[in-house]
Amino acid sequence: MTERQHIIIKGVKEGLVFLLDDKCEFATLLDELQYKLEKTHQQLLTGPLVHVQVKLGSRHITDDDKDRIKSVIKSQGNLMVQSVESDPPLIDSEQQKQPNLQVLTSIIRSGQTYEHDGDLLLIGDLNPGGTLLCTGDIYVLGALRGVAHAGIGGRTDVIIATSLMRPTQLRIADVISRPPEEWMTGDASMEFAFLSEGRMQIDKLAQLFRIRHNPIMFKGV
Amino acid sequence: MGEAIVVTSGKGGVGKTTTSANLGTALALLGKKVCMVDTDIGLRNLDVVMGLENRIIYDLVDVAEGRCRLNQALVKDKRFDELYMLPAAQTKDKDSVTPEQVRNMILELKKEHDYVIIDCPAGIEHGFRNAIAGADRAIVVTTPENAAVRDADRVIGLLEQEKIPSKLIINRIRQNMMKNGDMLDIDEICQVLAVDLVGIVPDDEKVISAANTGEPTVMNPSSRAAIAYRNIARRILGDMVPLMLLDEKAGAFKRFRKFLGIG
Repeated sequence: MTERQHIIIKGVKEGLVFLLDDKCEFATLLDELQYKLEKTHQQLLTGPLVHVQVKLGSRHITDDDKDRIKSVIKSQGNLMVQSVESDPPLIDSEQQKQPNLQVLTSIIRSGQTYEHDGDLLLIGDLNPGGTLLCTGDIYVLGALRGVAHAGIGGRTDVIIATSLMRPTQLRIADVISRPPEEWMTGDASMEFAFLSEGRMQIDKLAQLFRIRHNPIMFKGV
Repeated sequence: MGEAIVVTSGKGGVGKTTTSANLGTALALLGKKVCMVDTDIGLRNLDVVMGLENRIIYDLVDVAEGRCRLNQALVKDKRFDELYMLPAAQTKDKDSVTPEQVRNMILELKKEHDYVIIDCPAGIEHGFRNAIAGADRAIVVTTPENAAVRDADRVIGLLEQEKIPSKLIINRIRQNMMKNGDMLDIDEICQVLAVDLVGIVPDDEKVISAANTGEPTVMNPSSRAAIAYRNIARRILGDMVPLMLLDEKAGAFKRFRKFLGIG
């Protein structure tokens, strides 16, 4: 067979596990299943009754299609389908909801508004009178002098990070803060704003890992 | 084919008309054929600053409505042979012409002149749309005040949307205030606006007196503002001219007094 294999058959204590690829066409899958059972793997089919678990990965599947897989396997006398599993939809849509980072190279000037669903990386300045609205994080590689509103959908775990923090106003979810009455920015180092117990806080960007720690797998350690 | 440059600012009173008049005159001084167009219909000023008010026969609205030919409406300057002005109407309002009509007029004028300087009204409404309609590039005038810089930023944004490249003039700079930090710094303004600086003009009382006598400041070479405008005109022509040093001639004596702490 020159094609890629879409089906892997494994033996476990309880019987057999069929791992079906979740990327290819469903029809191909069925054809290949039939082909394997009838032509190449006949040695499986001789012998005592074997329980079969079918795992579909993250494929979306209807009950009809499940039945079709079952019937193909059942048509071989000694195989008994115990379960047909697929574990996609929830995690999948969750992943889609996970903000996608958009890179924007521009200057947002007075009177201009940019809205984005997800995280935003602005390469350029946000000038006084300009507005950035984001459901996720806002990162500004440049000077933030206007109004930045992160978490417009209500997320409170988002941050606003920038090379130069000189905002007219910062908003995270529904918390609004005005510098410098509520906080002073430090020197000209990179900083970020976040919510802590419902209040806006500013800290050096290097401290971000304290509130948002993403473990890194180091190779060769 | 000439080039059309619109002089705009967003905010009123920062010196658009003065800049238009002086740049037009300075370019004429350098031997270019120039036409200035006043698009501030209803509040025309350019003719007053140029001292040509009493020579107006037809205006921009007359041309738009076909009451006269474009050439008939042009007012020739009394000092130069190749400096003209197309005045705005004083009795109508901004809606009496469309951007399309202005664009055609500017196109027509560009055929005959090296530079067409368009004086834009304050604001970003219909009058602004008219003024930028035919422009190839823009000069944005601002003063070292937050409000003016904010409006300039807005205008630069609008010009960017129309794909008109803009350059900046910072007008009415008072050196002593800037030094004390009472006025916005030139670098600070340039950083916020992020456009090329084409010149800085010091605050000069002679500008006011010149406007009142109808004689553009550039004609008076003893004025510091005049030198600044002449430099800007040369930069528009593509010459490399260093930025003016703002320090008033401090002199060794003053510096010595300062050193002693009594200056």
